[in-house]
Amino acid sequence: MKTSSAFRPSTWIPLLLLGLLAIVPTVASGFDQPYWTAFFARILIYAVAASALNLALGYGGLVSFGHALFLGIGAYAVGLCAFHGIGSGWLHLLVAVAAAAAAALVIGAISLRTSGMAFIMITLAFAQMGYFLLVSLKHYGGDDGLSVGSTSRFGPFDLGSTSAVYYAAWLVLVAILWSMARVRVAPFGMALRGARQNVKRVDAIGLQAHHVRLVAFVLSGMACAVAGVLLANLNAFVSPSTLAWTVSGELIVMVVLGGIGTVFGPFLGALLFFVLEEVLKGFTEHWMAVFGPVVVLVALFGRRGIAGWLEALNRKRPSPGPPDIVAPGRA
Amino acid sequence: MSLTLLVAQLLNGLQYGVLLFLLAAGLTLVFGVMSFVNLAHGSLYMIGAYAGALAYGASGSFAVGILAAMAAALAIGLVLEVTIVSRLYRRDHLDHVLATFGLVMFFNELVRILWGPQPIFVQVPDVLSGTVDLFGFTYSSYRFAIIAVGLVVAVGSRLLIHKTRIGMLIRAGAQNPQLVSALGVNIGLLNALLFGVGAMLAGVAGAMAGPVLSVQSGMGEPVLITTLVVIVIGGIGSVSGAFYAALIVGVVDTLGRVFLPLILRQLTERSIADAAGPALASMSVYVLMAAVLALRPQGLFPARRG
Repeated sequence: MKTSSAFRPSTWIPLLLLGLLAIVPTVASGFDQPYWTAFFARILIYAVAASALNLALGYGGLVSFGHALFLGIGAYAVGLCAFHGIGSGWLHLLVAVAAAAAAALVIGAISLRTSGMAFIMITLAFAQMGYFLLVSLKHYGGDDGLSVGSTSRFGPFDLGSTSAVYYAAWLVLVAILWSMARVRVAPFGMALRGARQNVKRVDAIGLQAHHVRLVAFVLSGMACAVAGVLLANLNAFVSPSTLAWTVSGELIVMVVLGGIGTVFGPFLGALLFFVLEEVLKGFTEHWMAVFGPVVVLVALFGRRGIAGWLEALNRKRPSPGPPDIVAPGRA
Repeated sequence: MSLTLLVAQLLNGLQYGVLLFLLAAGLTLVFGVMSFVNLAHGSLYMIGAYAGALAYGASGSFAVGILAAMAAALAIGLVLEVTIVSRLYRRDHLDHVLATFGLVMFFNELVRILWGPQPIFVQVPDVLSGTVDLFGFTYSSYRFAIIAVGLVVAVGSRLLIHKTRIGMLIRAGAQNPQLVSALGVNIGLLNALLFGVGAMLAGVAGAMAGPVLSVQSGMGEPVLITTLVVIVIGGIGSVSGAFYAALIVGVVDTLGRVFLPLILRQLTERSIADAAGPALASMSVYVLMAAVLALRPQGLFPARRG
């Protein structure tokens, strides 16, 4: 059963893409196109962030419109540590993850008291709060941002070069995709996905939906902060624009574009998002005038995303395995 | 810190609050009645600002500018409702966020294509360029006019919602759209009308904000996010709640912007205080919202539901 699932298009196509991405730096240096490495590194990092958001948004049904905050916390953990002369990557990572966990715990505890529209608004409001806080810290560059003087050093491994960040991001992405696949079928993930559909029933079978959701929100924020650490190292620069509300919106677009609640969806969505952006930029500087309507069309018609489309391919070919577990529609 | 400064800033806060109310009134009804999250409301505000600025510039009459802003925002609002928004009412909020986020990207870029990235500056109309004398204290007539218009709209919308048949249908639709529809009311038309009126009010707000703020691409989003804060504080779907919350947010934000730097100057260096003050003032509104939601998740003045 396990082996047959690996040969479904919805599984092997993302895995193939992931494999191809592993050789991008080699190919890029072969063709002497270092820009490719930086471009795809950005995709990998946002794929990590989008996958992290997918835990709350897709599995948990928590429409967080403020996940850019956690990305920003991760980025500023590197920026502020480097500013104060701390170069240890382990410490950067620790600060990022701990700060994100603390922030997510407070935000989640307050936000989860509400639901629906108010949840969207309050997560947005918290992200804006963080944004304005960083803008106000003139000592750390304020609006103009802060360059990261010393990148994260994990012993002999230094995230100073683009290719180092690239491989690190690739490994983190593989780790998070693997975790997301495991969580999806683990008891915790089952409870979380159950709570998305019906909180009362999850409570009724003796689980605490509120706690499950809060844990998912915190884990999601922590994973997003790891993406932030990578982003700060890639750009060697952090600025409040990492936390802009549009970034939160873009992360949601990536998740939905790729396929909400699926394992590979956010990765595919991030890939398509940036490739489409790059292609459109080749035609016009006003790429958003084209991309905006695309997003509207996705919202209107493409609700299952790329992953949903790949799953449709699964069904076309006769498969000896059990029927696919179709992601239930969002309530 | 003199009394005149305080009064002037209170009036500025009132003016900002009234502007927020014009945006919040339409948005909260669309939230409350259709349960629709409309991030593109800020784009309608921007459209109103551009239509107002261009028509005012072409005709020389500010009234024509306001009318043009109302017409443009109403027309585009109705087109959006019919083509996109009405298809999404029955979907979940995520689809609303996604679709209207796409619209925001589109409209911001469209404006940049048509009129460039530079802001347009709008003159205050001659009639209102003077000052008003209030008990020996002067205040800009234009800002005063904004406050007056906002109060008129507030009273008007209250009368509309509580004293007319349409208002009754709106209130009924907010409570139980299926039942209203079953009674033979064209709920689709009612929704379109409501969305259009909300868009029109946003357009008016945009046109009136033109001479006070700069008219440029992306001008709708900061004010939209503040408006969302207003709606959440006021209680989703409640127009009177939106009114009080708009005034509270307007005053808190404005007073914070002026007095926080002054207070911070006592504590730290002047340059740091001047920089940190406005940003902390912007945060104050979000802190207020978080506090309200933590204590009263349904908002301060929730709409009564049957």
